[in-house]
Amino acid sequence: MVLEAPPAVVPDIPAATPPIQPGLLELFVAFAKMSLAGFGGVLVWARRGIVDQHRWMTADEFNETYALCHFLPGPNIVNLSVVFGSRFRGIPGGIAAFTGLVGPPMLIAIILAALYARYGEIDALRRILAGVSCAAVGLLIAVVFKMMMPLIKRRDAVGLVMLLAVFIAIGLARLPLQVVLLVAIPISLGITYFMRQRVNG
Amino acid sequence: MNPETNPISTLVWTFGLMSLFAVGGANSAIPEMHRIAVDVHHWMDEKQFADIFAISQLSPGPNVLIVTLIGYAVAGVGGALAATLAMCGPTAILAYYVSRLLQRSRHSRWPAIIQAALVPLSIGLMGASGLILALTSDRSWVAGLITVTAAVLAFATRLNPAWMLLAGGALGFAGVI
Repeated sequence: MVLEAPPAVVPDIPAATPPIQPGLLELFVAFAKMSLAGFGGVLVWARRGIVDQHRWMTADEFNETYALCHFLPGPNIVNLSVVFGSRFRGIPGGIAAFTGLVGPPMLIAIILAALYARYGEIDALRRILAGVSCAAVGLLIAVVFKMMMPLIKRRDAVGLVMLLAVFIAIGLARLPLQVVLLVAIPISLGITYFMRQRVNG
Repeated sequence: MNPETNPISTLVWTFGLMSLFAVGGANSAIPEMHRIAVDVHHWMDEKQFADIFAISQLSPGPNVLIVTLIGYAVAGVGGALAATLAMCGPTAILAYYVSRLLQRSRHSRWPAIIQAALVPLSIGLMGASGLILALTSDRSWVAGLITVTAAVLAFATRLNPAWMLLAGGALGFAGVI
């Protein structure tokens, strides 16, 4: 249980921090909700909760935070919960978000596994799963388009070309991930660096 | 492996190590999990692994739950907890420190450049996952239609996505797909 919200730490630096500051319990509940709704991937729900509903982050901030968690090793959304929670409430915040994300669904998965071990009849479950995953893929595709919107709005041609190149290399050409990243990361870094040089200079 | 070894410490060691190499999320590590659970340690057979995968997809929550279920199959609730924490802990700590480092040096130029450079790559990768998943799960035109409908509704309306998942599940149960 997360009972105590940390008192009086918030108003110290109002200028540097976003206007809405979730408390520990709020973090736990928000991530538990996203997670429990997240059949076939939590990203859809995480973006909906963080950007659309609570407005804890802008679309751009979410993109940047998720990109970081995507390229670090480990489960992306788990990383996101820890990074996100700790950005607002330090280590306890990270733990609260993580526990909310992993705890409740873990209980459900274990109960399902126990039922399966007892009854073993999983065919109906499989059929349901097939239908759920068709819809879940659609939701994922919608999130990809939503995450592209900030790039489209600011006419970030370079970013959109890099995005498309990675999509083609992995999705269509089916090149190995490591090779693609090994080429794409330095190129993207280089272009971003030179673009900013030009803007600043 | 020495059969006398405590299964929980084997779980912790295995998944702790695996997580550090799992770039791109838990789903990209599934082939490796299969190798370890079925071929190396003989914790389960092919069918059990496939069923565990199905159960993990059917449960709400992050994809990493498959690790929870492997742990549960090996050593009960303790195994489930140990495997999950081992898979999430080390990389969560790494992510915490890296993100703090980037936040702190927010006013120097490189962190912003690195993050801005990674954003389009991350979105491109997800688009590719979306395509590959669509090709594997949409084996009929009804399935494809469900995917397209869900994508359009989720992008263009504020309708709660749970309804689309529910509708997909109901159609699947009815055997339409």
